[in-house]
Amino acid sequence: MGRITLDKVTKSFGATEVIPPLDLTIEDGEFTVFVGPSGCGKSTLLRLIAGLEDVSSGQIRIDGNDATMVPPAKRGLAMVFQSYALYPHMSVRKNIAFPMRMANMPQEEQDRRIDAAAKALNLTDYLDRKPGQLSGGQRQRVAIGRAIVREPSAFLFDEPLSNLDAALRVGMRMEISELHKKLATTMVYVTHDQVEAMTMADKIVVLRAGHIEQVGSPLDLYRAPRNLFVAGFIGSPKMNFIEGEEAAKYDCHTIGVRPEHITISGSEGAWSGVVGVSEHLGSDTFFHIHETGLAETITVRADGEVGFKHGDRVYLTPRTDMLHRFDTKGLRIDA
Amino acid sequence: MARSVTPQRKAINTIAAWAVGLVIFFPILWTILTSFKTEAQAINDPPLFLFFDWTLENYAVVQERSNYMRFLWNSIIIAGGSTVLGIIIAVPAAWSMAFVPSKRTKDILLWMLSTKMLPAVGVLYPIYLIFIRMGLLDSRAGLVIVLMLINLPIIVWMLYTYFKEIPGEILEAARMDGASLKEEILYVLTPMAIPGIASTLLLNIILAWNEAFWTLNLTAAQAAPLTAFIASYSSPEGLFYAKLSAASTMAIAPILILGWFSQKQLVRGLTFGAVK
Repeated sequence: MGRITLDKVTKSFGATEVIPPLDLTIEDGEFTVFVGPSGCGKSTLLRLIAGLEDVSSGQIRIDGNDATMVPPAKRGLAMVFQSYALYPHMSVRKNIAFPMRMANMPQEEQDRRIDAAAKALNLTDYLDRKPGQLSGGQRQRVAIGRAIVREPSAFLFDEPLSNLDAALRVGMRMEISELHKKLATTMVYVTHDQVEAMTMADKIVVLRAGHIEQVGSPLDLYRAPRNLFVAGFIGSPKMNFIEGEEAAKYDCHTIGVRPEHITISGSEGAWSGVVGVSEHLGSDTFFHIHETGLAETITVRADGEVGFKHGDRVYLTPRTDMLHRFDTKGLRIDA
Repeated sequence: MARSVTPQRKAINTIAAWAVGLVIFFPILWTILTSFKTEAQAINDPPLFLFFDWTLENYAVVQERSNYMRFLWNSIIIAGGSTVLGIIIAVPAAWSMAFVPSKRTKDILLWMLSTKMLPAVGVLYPIYLIFIRMGLLDSRAGLVIVLMLINLPIIVWMLYTYFKEIPGEILEAARMDGASLKEEILYVLTPMAIPGIASTLLLNIILAWNEAFWTLNLTAAQAAPLTAFIASYSSPEGLFYAKLSAASTMAIAPILILGWFSQKQLVRGLTFGAVK
């Protein structure tokens, strides 16, 4: 079991309030991702749950029990750090065994769990190596192995993939997702990468300056962002925001339209502009359109075969059913 | 771009470095040479460098006249004991300063260091009186305590510098893994800091071995270490340079050998933190 409840939790460092009063429930077995720009307090929030930082006020409950004052070791949570935080002087086997050794688990049980974890994480051949002799991806697997063997009630991941190269990151993303499917244990995952958040999460918590901007499933956040911040943060490339006359037509202050919801044409459309930079990804092409009179740049996603060039005049048509409307405060107006 | 060094320049640098090294080493070399001369040759004018009648007589006399082994044993116990005791006390202190610093940590570190600026003789009286009261005069235990206290600021400072280099996340991982504070220090921090602790150990053994003020003032016969052994040969009534040199050579030999074999560790330890 691993249901984590934060009740009016705050955190201040000296006079600086990093987390204003915050309520959040993470359901048992859920994969929850904290996402937000750097400095939004997502790591601090995770460390509060872990017990590595003390809350300034409020209560943290794990499975209904007050854990606010419980030391990290006694919370039954396992953590995977960005820097892996392996013990450099111990072999992989000893690293993975460490939490069990601290719990005085019988040796046979330790060995059984180490072997199972090593097998699951493809580490069997590396058990006698030191962390320094492993690649980044292997190190991260050892860190995950060290977390698994404890059979914790929840896993906490603090940007675990940011030190890996792009290809490895995609692979590890899958592995962690699969691990979650297999173990069905609560996982709390911190990242600044919205792609990681979208692909892995059951539930995304978008944070800004310690505030929760929105909580929801990835598609909820994509389809119905509650405000301009979430709208701009979730989705890649970023949503286009248009203010002024065009927005007034829709009875709001700002309209938002995603690049994938605009069709581009050489002959006709609602808006017109001139092609600036185009980014060719092969499968898709992103056009940055200028001189539309709507916003400085409108980004459009088109099929990879669409071949407009720099300086071409093009016409754009947004899908009106996919428009997002926001009021003067930047809050969503539901249709 | 790397600076280019011409062969001539390199030669000059090498010669200069050797010259400085020899100047520093010369007194020790002279002491060792003198220890192999007769008393007459030792005060010969002009001084004799290598061409004299080499003799081991001084060593024989020194060995006969005083119990070298007892002094050596005292030195080992006092230097080793004070260092080990100091490290046991300094590890937790440095841990707290490096990983859970308070606003005053920097002040405490400086204050500790400031005690080293006090001339030792300034506290000779109080310490001497305390020693008499507690029956510690001329005891090895007393010297272990005094030398430990004197070197403690340096031990804490050195360990603090090493600990600062250890990423805090690893200790946090240990905490998450269920390690108590004791286990965290014992199984994670200390093994990771072994190179630093070893350098600290070596340097402090050397400092304690060479310490002469307290060892001479607080001992008589029982606990006297090698410093007292040397001092006993510098008698005001006669100039026995050769015997004094032999005694000195015997006193510094163990530490010189230790230093020679651990010089890599020592240099690394002393420059730790300065170069990354």
